[in-house]
Amino acid sequence: MSRQLFTAAFEREEDLLHAVADLRQAGYVFKDAYTPYPVHGLPEAMGLRPSRLPWVCFLCGLTGGIFALLAQLYLSAVDWPINIGGKPWNSSPAFIPITFEITVLSAGIGSLLAFLLRYKLLPGRQPSVLEEGCNDNLFVLAIPEHNATFNPQELKIICNRHHAIRTDQRIEPDGQTKPTPAQQRGAA
Amino acid sequence: MSSAYSVLRQPLVEGDRTVAQVTADISAPLERRAGAMWWITFGIVFSMLVLGLAAITYQVATGIGTWGLNRTVGWAFDITNFVFWIGIGHAGTAISAFLFLLRQRWRTSISRAAEAMTIFAVMCAGIFPLIHMGRPWFAYWVLPYPNTRGSLWVNFRSPLLWDVFAISTYFTISAVFWYLGLVPDLATLRDRFAPLAKNGPLGAKLRYRLYCILSLGWNGSAKTWNSYESLYLLLAGLATPLVVSVHSIVSFDFATSVLPGWHTTIFPPYFVAGALFSGFGMVLTLMLIARKVVHMENYITRGHIDAMCKIVIATGGMVALAYMTEIFIAWQSGNLYERFAFANRAFGPFGWAYRIMVFCNVFAPQLLWIRKIRHNLLLVFILSIFVNIGMWFERFVIIVTSLHRDFLPSSWAHYTPSLIEIATLIGSFGLFFTAFLLFCRLLPMISISEVKGVLNYGRRNGEHQ
Repeated sequence: MSRQLFTAAFEREEDLLHAVADLRQAGYVFKDAYTPYPVHGLPEAMGLRPSRLPWVCFLCGLTGGIFALLAQLYLSAVDWPINIGGKPWNSSPAFIPITFEITVLSAGIGSLLAFLLRYKLLPGRQPSVLEEGCNDNLFVLAIPEHNATFNPQELKIICNRHHAIRTDQRIEPDGQTKPTPAQQRGAA
Repeated sequence: MSSAYSVLRQPLVEGDRTVAQVTADISAPLERRAGAMWWITFGIVFSMLVLGLAAITYQVATGIGTWGLNRTVGWAFDITNFVFWIGIGHAGTAISAFLFLLRQRWRTSISRAAEAMTIFAVMCAGIFPLIHMGRPWFAYWVLPYPNTRGSLWVNFRSPLLWDVFAISTYFTISAVFWYLGLVPDLATLRDRFAPLAKNGPLGAKLRYRLYCILSLGWNGSAKTWNSYESLYLLLAGLATPLVVSVHSIVSFDFATSVLPGWHTTIFPPYFVAGALFSGFGMVLTLMLIARKVVHMENYITRGHIDAMCKIVIATGGMVALAYMTEIFIAWQSGNLYERFAFANRAFGPFGWAYRIMVFCNVFAPQLLWIRKIRHNLLLVFILSIFVNIGMWFERFVIIVTSLHRDFLPSSWAHYTPSLIEIATLIGSFGLFFTAFLLFCRLLPMISISEVKGVLNYGRRNGEHQ
């Protein structure tokens, strides 16, 4: 099933923020916005939920830390105990530095992988870019047709009130967006 | 001029740039051909790297007798260089992580290059313990893996093993942090090189391919940015204690021994402060060159240099305090060996190294209290070189002067570096600067997306209220 998609491009973050606030008040939902840098306050304005990455980070760190501590205890005190300077087999304080390092390493790598997989950021992947320039200087807002209140005319009026430099209506085939001319050139 | 200072804060980026101009400015060095200056510098530093590689090949092939070490001074040049380079790396993480957590927005212009510096410095540092093993082909023995010797495991109680874990974690997390910051900028470059992908020169085509692969399909989506910012904050939070742990653990290599001059509890904070001090010295050296060579004066402003000078004063003060504390404790402890170690440091055969260290690290940076000097970039450059030299000597002093005269006068000895050791040190500088120069040509040396975030351009100054 294909549906309509309305896009508007802005030149300043403030315009985007104001447009998002007005559109949300008018009952629209957003597919996404594409910006050259993280705009302060945009996730809240768009109603995005806070990221759950801190939980992933915490759990990865906890797992890594427990693993490192237990591994050191097992290897130094059970599997092949060695007397080093008369220290006890289970010299836990000496195991803290490596435990800490492994905690940090697994928390960092775990949250990076979770982030990359969640957003399908993979090497060589072709980006789905709605409008050229959103990695340069444009702030692009994408609003899908979601119910009967979707009114491109009204959308255009609201966006133009906030200095949109370009608005566009396109057909979105099954959540896919058409590649931009630059990508077509690049892929050829 | 000095009396006319505005009470308003200087803008973080000078010259009223728009968002599009920022992209163009920072991409410019990547899109034009390298100038004569770049090639000359590259030729020099690459020759240094080749010299270092030759020296390493020779010493690995011949054996560790090519060093100036003896039975008394068993650690000298290699370990000095290792500690020096690890310390240099710390400023990069301090700028990218500490200052990020402290919401110091001026860091945006220098964080990328400083993080690159960290990674290259840690690479340089990593070479030295490897060489120092004598048989680097057995380097994997330091890893705890099930082996045919029983399994006989590595000694988890040894600070040298802690070092292995600390340095490799530090390198990995720094590289992840750096690469994560690069992804949006690589996407920007990918889009800029897209028009050249079909009909442009070969170099541009290759670059486009490289940027395509590395940018991971980034498209600037607000949903992705939302998580990205959260991840960036998490990594900054992880990197901050990590960087403190790394140099603390390096200091444990010394502090957990029983040698006077090494066996002191002040070592961890003393080493961390010294690392930040030396790192900021090196950041200043690099930034002052880079802003001129690639014309980034609007982005790396006098305000940035000024702020970094202030950090140098602060961390230099901590280092000076540590020197004084060491001497005071040596005297107050009443321990003859401890007292002797410090008297020997200052007035013994290596007293000249101690005096260079104190001059470069304690006295020279005091000039930076004066605003006129902080604003004279040539003087700041010279002082930053002093800091680099002073901090190299600090490590040399700590390691060699403590070792060469220990408890037993019959085993006292002197140490002179061999030419091979000096060539290896030169080679590590060659690697560092070669990597940095290639970085300036291949990747945006300033974070494009972060700088855009601190511009005033996006806001219409109340026009909209």
